[in-house]
Amino acid sequence: MRNLVYNYEEAVAVVLFGIGFVTLLFHRNLIKKIIGMNIMDTGVFLFLASMGYVKGGSAPIYAENADFYVNPVPAGLVLTGIVVSVSVTAIMLSLAVRLHQRYGTLNLDEIYRIAREKINER
Amino acid sequence: MDFFRNFPFISIVFSLFSAVVCSLLPGKAARIWTIAAEAILALLSAGTLLYTVILGESVTYRMGHFGAPWGNEIRFGMLEALTALVFALVLLLSVTGGARYVIRDVPPKKINLYYLLINLLGAALLALVYTNDIFTGYVFLEILTLTSGGILMIREIGRTTLAATRYMILNLLGSGLFLLGIILFYDVTGHLLMPDMHEALLELGKSGEYALPLSVTTGLVCGGLAIKSGLFPFHTWMPDTYGFATPTSSAILSGLVSKGYIFLLIKIMTRVIGLDNPILTVARNILFLFGLLGIVAGSVLAIRQNSVMRMISYSSAAQIGYIYMGIGLGGTAGFAAAIFHLLTHAVTKPLLFLSAASLMEVSGDSPVFHDLQGAAHRNRGAGFLFTVGAMSMIGIPIFAGFTSKLLFSLAAIGHLPFKTFSVLVILAVSTILNTLYFIRTMIRIYTSPEGKKEDRTPFGPQLSCVLSGSVMAAMNVILGLQSQPVLALIERGLALFS
Amino acid sequence: MRIVDRIRRWLSESPDLLEDAGGIGETRDLPREVMRREQHEADRFLSEGAKSFDRKKFRTVYGILAAASAAILIGVLLTAVAALPRYGVENERMDEVADYYIDHALEDTGAVNIVSGMILDYRAFDTLGESFVLFTALNCVLILLRRDEPGEEGEDDYYDLTHDNILRKAGLVMVPSVILFGFYVMLNGHLSPGGGFSGGAVVGAGLILTAAAFGNAVSARIVTEKTFRILSGTALGFYCLAKSYSFYTGANGIESVVPLGTPGSIFSAGLILPLDIAVGIVVSLTMYGIYRMFRKGSLT
Repeated sequence: MRNLVYNYEEAVAVVLFGIGFVTLLFHRNLIKKIIGMNIMDTGVFLFLASMGYVKGGSAPIYAENADFYVNPVPAGLVLTGIVVSVSVTAIMLSLAVRLHQRYGTLNLDEIYRIAREKINER
Repeated sequence: MDFFRNFPFISIVFSLFSAVVCSLLPGKAARIWTIAAEAILALLSAGTLLYTVILGESVTYRMGHFGAPWGNEIRFGMLEALTALVFALVLLLSVTGGARYVIRDVPPKKINLYYLLINLLGAALLALVYTNDIFTGYVFLEILTLTSGGILMIREIGRTTLAATRYMILNLLGSGLFLLGIILFYDVTGHLLMPDMHEALLELGKSGEYALPLSVTTGLVCGGLAIKSGLFPFHTWMPDTYGFATPTSSAILSGLVSKGYIFLLIKIMTRVIGLDNPILTVARNILFLFGLLGIVAGSVLAIRQNSVMRMISYSSAAQIGYIYMGIGLGGTAGFAAAIFHLLTHAVTKPLLFLSAASLMEVSGDSPVFHDLQGAAHRNRGAGFLFTVGAMSMIGIPIFAGFTSKLLFSLAAIGHLPFKTFSVLVILAVSTILNTLYFIRTMIRIYTSPEGKKEDRTPFGPQLSCVLSGSVMAAMNVILGLQSQPVLALIERGLALFS
Repeated sequence: MRIVDRIRRWLSESPDLLEDAGGIGETRDLPREVMRREQHEADRFLSEGAKSFDRKKFRTVYGILAAASAAILIGVLLTAVAALPRYGVENERMDEVADYYIDHALEDTGAVNIVSGMILDYRAFDTLGESFVLFTALNCVLILLRRDEPGEEGEDDYYDLTHDNILRKAGLVMVPSVILFGFYVMLNGHLSPGGGFSGGAVVGAGLILTAAAFGNAVSARIVTEKTFRILSGTALGFYCLAKSYSFYTGANGIESVVPLGTPGSIFSAGLILPLDIAVGIVVSLTMYGIYRMFRKGSLT
C-alpha cells in the first residue's frame, strides 16, 4: 500500500487504463468507445513517461549544465504509441462517420437492430 | 550463399516499398505488381529456409549499426523461415485466387488501395515472424491489425462496416492489453530485445523479485494476443467478419492474420519468458482450458449455421482452439503440434473460403445451404477443392488435418491424466462434430434437387481460383504425407528458438 | 424412432440426413426468402421482447457488470504497480541500455537530441514501422471516406467557416508562422526538442488551418491531389530506401558513407536530418489528408 503512494503516477496511469478499457468494452455509443480507447492509450503513455523519469534529471538533449538525464527510451516508445493511437483514432472515427451515414445512429445496439431489419440488403 | 542472410530483411523492406509503389499505380497494375511481389517474397523465404537448413543454426541479424542490446534485431532459424514461406505462399495464392472477388466487391478506383494494404499486411506478417525485438513486434502488430481491418472495410456494404467496427474494437482491446504488458516487461527487465529480456527474467526468477508484476504481465500479454487471435470467448467477431468480407479478405484474415498473432505469442512464450518458467504455468493452463472450450463451442455453433461462410467461420474458431490447446499442453511436443496445426490451418482455411466462394458464385451468390444444392456439379473444380479442404478439417488420413490431430493426441500422452484425458475426449468429440457439419455440406453440394439436370462445368467461370486452390490442396497433402520432415524441421527450429 | 425414420427418408428422397441436426426445429433449410422472413420475424420478436423486458433493470445490471470488471482490472493492475520499481528513482536494470544511449548517442549518431538519435538510428526499424502505421491509417481513411463518383462529393456547408472574419484575418497571420515554425521544428530534430513527427504535425495543422480559414479551393491549389500522392510516395519511398541502406551496411559490417558532421551544426547527424524531413512530409500530408477526407471526401 505504501508503495502505491510512492508509485502514485503509475497508479493513476493504470486506473486511467482500466477506465478506458472498460469504456471501450462496455459502452454502447461508438464515439464514447473511441474516447475510452484514447483514455486507455493516454494511461499507457503516462505510465511510460513516469517510468523513465529520474528525479532531478533533465530532458535527454545534451546540454552543458545538465548533470544527468532521464531515460530516453520511454520517450521514443511514447512517440510510437502516440502515432499508433492517432492512426487508430482516425480509422475508428471514419468508421463512425460511415456507420452514421448508413444507420443514422451511433448506438451500436440500435445499429445491430437496424442491420438485422435490413437483412435483405446483403 | 552468405548473402542469403539478408533475405528476411530484404523481404520485409521490399514489401513495405511495394506498398508505396502500389499507392502510385492504377488498380490493375497494382494487382500485377502485388502478385509479383508476393512471389518474390515466397522465393526469398524459400532462400532463407534453404540457408538456415544448411547452416543448421539461427541467425541474428542487426537492423542498423548497433548490436544487442542497443539496436533493433531480427532473428531467424528454420522455424521462422518455414512459417514465413508458408505465409508468403498462402498470401500469394489467396491474392491470385481471389483477384476475381476483389474486382467484384471493391470499388474500381480503390482497387490499388486494396493491393497496397495486402503488401503492408505481408510486410507486417513477415516482420512479426522474424522480429527479435518486442516493441518492433508491437508496431508491426498494429500494422497487421489496421491493414486487416482495412481489407475488411473496403467492401462497401453496411454489414461489412459494422463487422469491421466490431473487429477493430476487439482488436484494440487486445492491443491495449498487449502494449501495457510489454511496457511492464520493459519496466521490470529494462530491455526490449527478447534474449536480453529473457536473461533479466532468469535473474529475477532466481532472486524472486517482482514475482507478482511478472505474472500480471504474462497474463496481459497472453490475454491481449488471445483476444486478437479470436480465442473463445472472443471469437464473436469471426462469423460476421468472415461472412461479410470479400472472400479474398476472409481467406487472408482467417488463414494468416490470426496466425501472425499466435506466432508472436509462441515466440514470446519461448524466447522471452522461457518454457520452464513457473510464471507461465497459470497462463498456459488458462489458455488450455479456453482452447478446449473454444473447440467445442466453435464446432457446436458451426453445426447450427445455415450459411456455408458462417459455418467455416465458426470452424475457424474451433481451429484456433486446437492451436491454443497445443500451446497449453506445453513441452516441445505440444508446441510442435500447435505450430504444425497453425501451418495446416493456414493452408486449409483459405482453400475452403475461396472454393466456397466459387461454389456460391454458381449458386446465385447465396451462402445458404439450400441454394448451394448441387453446386459441385456446376463447378466441379471448386467442389473437389472444397471436399479436399473439408476432409483435411475432419482429419482423414493423407491430409494434413489428420496428422495434426495425431500430433495433438501424441503430445497429450504423458501429461497429467486429467489433461491427457480431456484432450483425447475433446479431439474425439470435435472430430465427430466436424464430420457432422462438413459431411452435411458435402452431401448438399453433390446432390442435385430431384428432377433437375445440372449443367455440368469443369471449372465454372473461375479458372485462376481453381488453379491456386489446387496448389493449396497440394500443399495440404504434402504437409499430410511428408509430415515427418516438416515436423523434424519444426522441432529443430523450436530448439533454436529460445 | 425419429432417427430411423429420418434415415429412411434420406435414403428415399431427402438429400440431407442432418436436416435439423442443429436442433432448432424443422425449419432449418428453407429457401432463402422464407428463411429471411422468419429471421426477420424472430428479430422483431426479440427486439419487441427487449422493449417489454425491463430496460432499466438491464441497464443497471450492465452498469454493475462494467463497474465490477473495471474494479477487478484496476485492482489487479494496482497490485502489480505496487510491486514495481519506485517512481523517480534510477532503476539499475533499465540503466544498462539507457546509460549507453546517453553516453554514446553523440559519437554514434551525431545527434544532440538523444531521443532523435535513438528513434532514427538505434531503433530505426521501429520508427520505419511507425511511419507505415500512419500510411496505413491514411489509406484506410481514404478507403472509407473518399468519394470517387463525380457528383457524389459531399456538401460541406456544415463546416464552411470561410465567411468568418476573425478566422480569416487570424489565419492570414497564423498560417505562415505556423507552417514556418513547423519546418523549424522538423529541421532541428537532431539539435533540439522536435523532429519529423512533431514538426510534421505542426505543418499539418497549418495546412488544416488554411483549408478551414480560406476554403477547400485555396488549400487544394496549394496541395493538389497529384502533389499529395507524389510527395507522400516519394517521401516514404526515400525513407524506405535510405533506411534499407543503413540496415544493410550495418548488418554486413560495411562502413556507411554518410558523414556524421560536426555535432550541433544543422548539417550533421548523418541520415537523421533527411529522414526527419521525409517523416515530416509524410506526417503533415497524412494529417491534412485525413482532415480533407472527413470534411469533403476528396482532395480537390
